[in-house]
Amino acid sequence: MKTTETTAPVPAESGTPVTKIDVSAKKPGGKKKEGTTLNVFSHGILIIWAFMVVMPLLWAVMTSFKDDASIFGSPWSLPDKLHFSNWARAWTEANMSDYFLNTVLVVGGSLIGTLVLGSMAAYVLARFDFPGNRFIYYLFIGGMSFPIMLALVPLFYVVNNMGLLNTIHGLILVYIAYSLPFTVFFLTAFFRTLPTSVAEAAFVDGASHSRTFFQIMLPMAKPGLVSVGIFNFLGQWNQYMLPTVLNTDPEKRVLTQGLVQLAVSQGYKGDWSGLFAGLVMAMLPVLAAYIVFQRQVVAGLTAGALK
Amino acid sequence: MQHGKYRFIVGFLAVPLGLYGLFVVWPFIQSIYYSFTDWTGLSPEFKMVGFDNYERMLDDDIFWKSLQHSLLFALLLPLVTLSFALFLAFMINVGGRRRKGGPAISGVRGSSFYKIVYFFPQVLSIAIVALLFAFAYNPDSGAINSILRGVGLDSIQPLWLGDPNLALWAVMAVIVWSTVGFFVVLFSAGMASIPADLYEAALLDGAGRATTFFRVTLPLLWDTVQSGWVYMGILALGAESFAVVHIMTTGPGGPDYSTTVMVLYVYQKAFRDGQAAYATTIGVALLIVTLAFAAVVMRLGRRERLEF
Repeated sequence: MKTTETTAPVPAESGTPVTKIDVSAKKPGGKKKEGTTLNVFSHGILIIWAFMVVMPLLWAVMTSFKDDASIFGSPWSLPDKLHFSNWARAWTEANMSDYFLNTVLVVGGSLIGTLVLGSMAAYVLARFDFPGNRFIYYLFIGGMSFPIMLALVPLFYVVNNMGLLNTIHGLILVYIAYSLPFTVFFLTAFFRTLPTSVAEAAFVDGASHSRTFFQIMLPMAKPGLVSVGIFNFLGQWNQYMLPTVLNTDPEKRVLTQGLVQLAVSQGYKGDWSGLFAGLVMAMLPVLAAYIVFQRQVVAGLTAGALK
Repeated sequence: MQHGKYRFIVGFLAVPLGLYGLFVVWPFIQSIYYSFTDWTGLSPEFKMVGFDNYERMLDDDIFWKSLQHSLLFALLLPLVTLSFALFLAFMINVGGRRRKGGPAISGVRGSSFYKIVYFFPQVLSIAIVALLFAFAYNPDSGAINSILRGVGLDSIQPLWLGDPNLALWAVMAVIVWSTVGFFVVLFSAGMASIPADLYEAALLDGAGRATTFFRVTLPLLWDTVQSGWVYMGILALGAESFAVVHIMTTGPGGPDYSTTVMVLYVYQKAFRDGQAAYATTIGVALLIVTLAFAAVVMRLGRRERLEF
């Protein structure tokens, strides 16, 4: 408790955490016993919920080390020994390595594309006055509110007609297009907050518009790019609906799809232990990334919803 | 800054706008057009049929079932999720025991720990979460019934996803599980920006925790709650419910269509039954529901806010 509180992403905490080091006064013997039962009650709920969040995840990790017989026989028993072979089997035989690679390729390409194209559009929309500026801006952010499912049927045929169905680059282009509304929205607001004087000075010194953008403005926008990048990374890494519709070639499956297909079709010879190993494999990288970049992730995601 | 301005603007906007127009806006416009045709999606030929699809939709029992479920998702899920998240966030940020010489308000002990842990499900793919819980719900060998047996409740062994009366609730519980943490963190950020002297004034006036919550925290947080409500509703109508229902429930949207939601029905009609035109018609209905939902929340929200 005496470590400095790393609470909310918003630094304006009204001084709460700073004065909080008064550890001595925490003794329950104080005369203020107002709401003791309430305290027990609320603490209880907080702990129970933490437990309910963590339990399924731990259960999955535990199960991934068990053999099939004990998965079915006694779901909650500890593994008799650590069956690492589950993991090896999932990685190679169940093609998790391929799905992993596909996901990395798709998300890597989409993320770079989203950030580059999104910041280009946002920069122009934020800092230049031209006819149609408002219209294009609202056209972009309008995409945040309508149900993707509606467009999915015609989208399938658009992608199909272009010969992009079941291709990695086709999926990348679609991911970018669907990530643009929020990215443009977020970065437009961000570019507006950056000082104009630097860009103007560069321009006076003879830098072209594009050079000013890539060498001056983009580096200055780094904090915004990180936030929106994390948001897009999580969204694209976890995407399920778009690949389910646009990517039906077993070879090109991404992680979420591959896992679901394995489970649904039981194509993997009913190998539940291998499936759990795959499940944990897909969970751990994002959980680990979250724990390491906890603060940025939270800041990026909440900034997204606070609009 | 005028030299070459338009060339630059066009150069920078062309690619993003082109991609967006091609993959998002164009299909969206097309889908409304297709809803007036008899297009199967399998062959390129189709003809205009006017409002036939819409008439068919109104006579379609499964459509009404899916609409009912989607409405339940859009209304109940945000209510449960946001109320629970508000409660947790209040406990974490304001609910701490008052300490002598300490600040007027503080969170309970370990609040930062709770915030980190509660957020876990948010970073996981909803598909993976759905898969995990599909195993947990398994009536014979799943974790949940096994717990029930473990505590001596052998007689209570629900079929969960196999029971038409329970399946929908089981699916909804998973969405709550996976989204509460996000709103705890979101509301915590909002609560942190409420000035402490407001709480101090409330305390001086002798307000208890419940009063403080309803008179100080909630009104000041109302904007965040409202946008959270819309956000959650759109999730519950769209991507989130699709993944959960599609993955967790068997057959055509659960036993006896008991978990079919509108997004799932659109998907099935388009990609399973080869009725693309009819699917887009249901999609248009879904769009109307979504927009109506957002409008209602905004309207109700405005009235609430004036009370304070």
